[in-house]
Amino acid sequence: MAAAILRRLTTRTPAAASARVAPRPLLPLLARGVSDSTDAITVETSVPFKSHIVDPPSRSATTSARELLSFFRDMALMRRAEIAADSLYKAKLIRGFCHLYDGQEAVAVGMEAAITRADAIITAYRDHCAYLARGGDLVAAFAELMGRRDGCSRGKGGSMHFYKRDANFFGGHGIVGAQVPLGCGIAFAQRYRKEGTVTFDLYGDGAANQGQLFEALNMAALWKLPVILVCENNHYGMGTAEWRASKSPAYYKRGDYVPGLKVDGMDVLAVKQACKFAKDHVLENGPIILEMDTYRYHGHSMSDPGSTYRTRDEIAGIRQERDPIERVRKLILAHDFATAQELKDMEKEIRKQVDAAIAKAKESPMPDPSELFTNVYVNDCGLESFGVDRKVVRTVLP
Amino acid sequence: MAAAAASSTLHGVGAVASPKPRSAAPAAARRTARVAAAAAKGGAGPARGRLAKADEAAAAAGSKSGGHEVLMFEALREALIEEMNLDPTVCVMGEDVGHYGGSYKVTKGLAEMFGDLRVLDTPIAENSFTGMGVGAAMKGLRPVVEGMNMGFLLLAYNQISNNCGMLHYTSGGQFKIPIVIRGPGGVGRQLGAEHSQRLESYFQSIPGLQMVACSTPYNAKGLMKAAIRSENPVVLFEHVLLYNLKEKIPDEEYICCLEEAEMVRPGEHVTILTYSRMRYHVMQAAKTLVNKGYDPEVIDIRSLKPFDLHTIGNSIKKTHRVLIVEECMRTGGIGASLRSAIIDNFWDYLDAPIMCLSSQDVPTPYAATLEDATVVQPAQIVAAVEQICQ
Repeated sequence: MAAAILRRLTTRTPAAASARVAPRPLLPLLARGVSDSTDAITVETSVPFKSHIVDPPSRSATTSARELLSFFRDMALMRRAEIAADSLYKAKLIRGFCHLYDGQEAVAVGMEAAITRADAIITAYRDHCAYLARGGDLVAAFAELMGRRDGCSRGKGGSMHFYKRDANFFGGHGIVGAQVPLGCGIAFAQRYRKEGTVTFDLYGDGAANQGQLFEALNMAALWKLPVILVCENNHYGMGTAEWRASKSPAYYKRGDYVPGLKVDGMDVLAVKQACKFAKDHVLENGPIILEMDTYRYHGHSMSDPGSTYRTRDEIAGIRQERDPIERVRKLILAHDFATAQELKDMEKEIRKQVDAAIAKAKESPMPDPSELFTNVYVNDCGLESFGVDRKVVRTVLP
Repeated sequence: MAAAAASSTLHGVGAVASPKPRSAAPAAARRTARVAAAAAKGGAGPARGRLAKADEAAAAAGSKSGGHEVLMFEALREALIEEMNLDPTVCVMGEDVGHYGGSYKVTKGLAEMFGDLRVLDTPIAENSFTGMGVGAAMKGLRPVVEGMNMGFLLLAYNQISNNCGMLHYTSGGQFKIPIVIRGPGGVGRQLGAEHSQRLESYFQSIPGLQMVACSTPYNAKGLMKAAIRSENPVVLFEHVLLYNLKEKIPDEEYICCLEEAEMVRPGEHVTILTYSRMRYHVMQAAKTLVNKGYDPEVIDIRSLKPFDLHTIGNSIKKTHRVLIVEECMRTGGIGASLRSAIIDNFWDYLDAPIMCLSSQDVPTPYAATLEDATVVQPAQIVAAVEQICQ
């Protein structure tokens, strides 16, 4: 049984056959005593939404046993994958930059639950989990992190450049804030092609002070583009606390003429509720800002221990009181959808899946040297390269 | 007959057979064409004379009917209209491209024809509207982004470099960025430093970007169409002083190859490589040189990245002497790159040091006399050829 699940997980899923189908959970349901019920239950979000020039959605979120368990599984998988990436980095198998998402999982998972794969997502460099949430393959993710041939960007992108075109995941961008205009461009194309889909354009509280954000916001509002600007506020732009960089850290109000919502980004149901609301809103009215109040447990990147500009108590406090996975675990247990032991078993299973994916990724070879020149240009440019004797044309450069 | 064939292939004329080929002619076909052109060129003496006269002759030769006279901005506009009619994903965005009609009238009347969404007037926010163009291209549109002036595109440099140029690579080939970024550049008439930029050097080292410079109404239209159809991001350099250049162009549809140089005047003594406005300074100098008994070969390199080393190499193998004349900055300019490419590839064929006349490394001054001294003048070209051919 376990072997079968393992196989299913580690084989690459075929390209999203139908983008309109609601995203499947990253892990198939385990055949245990856990509830698979789709009966609706109502759960109140952790805190009320705060809003800016818009009526906020209700605090009562609808969910089901099946959905809660899929949230738990997906977030636990992301958590495990990021912790594993940390180890791989320390083992020097991952090099360069590596920005981990642990702590922020509810944003990726909640957002995905509210939309379809026909909707677009674009984010900055903390992108591993956005990729996984879009149905990205675990092996391809680890292979990319290790710069291998089977990586989701063929080993050429690295940690900051994950993409999944067939699931409308537009990356994965390394320049803080520069992905925001791109997201508005994607939304422009969606409107141009009358798709009826939307773009979730993610940035952090650090990028919130970039001028191009306001330029893009102006255009999005001007042309009523179906774009949701999602500010993942983890409260530190690298090591600079938000209050040291922003005169007003109320990012959901920063749009002035653009409505905004402040959402508890540690509560997956609140995220889902807000994203659903936002999607409907932008199709009718143009852009909205969602400020997700979230937290990253790791430092900014691997070179940052994450403890010079904040206290260990602060991190421990958030883990204890607001952890997104623990919140869902408590909900599942309170509704008796699974036992504590079953959830633990699930986590063990996930750990095995991640380890298996890493083992498989390690088997992937380094990219062929010829790959250096592929994908610079789309077509053969006809650029001719001459041999060492400089007389005979040897090859046509790609 | 040979003359007609030579002139048409030299200009990269391809009668567009299929309704919507997405790229220019395949490389192999192009190379065959080049070989044919070279053969025709070698054998046919009269062809040289015809080509030397003017581009009009060549252009008209490619046209079955009489062709029609246009100014360069009209040629660019024709290209846009044709491509927008052919392909609904082609759209235009930029400052004042819509209701105003474009600051150099390239997009005049397009908003009425295609609507405000396809001809999008943007706020003055180069960084973000260029980024929007890149995002729209990722999602399958073919935006033509106008920089009202090349100098303004410096504000969009990050988008052009980090996103436009690199996304195809960093995504392992998943995303294509079929965008055209175009606008007027070069030294105009006393426009001051910021509006008289020579930015080819800034853009040339961005990987993944193609760069072309148009110089005649004929190649302006052909290159614009090819740039729109290209799957790669293309920067099209127009020159602020060439928009009102008049030429007869074919009535039939044609496109130019983005990676091909244009033989302007075949000759024997020295290869003069140039592009954009300097082509006209070179041709002015060529008249004087011919009177002095020289027979210079003038090539408009057109493709600033990558270089058409095939055409350039064949010429060097014939003349063994090279002069580069450009308006780009001296330091790290197109000429500098071209010179090193020639040294790398054709050293054995050179009989004299390569000379390169570039504009001066100064902010373009306002005063007319100083401005003239900033860019290369015909007399300098004559003197340089005399020195090279000593």
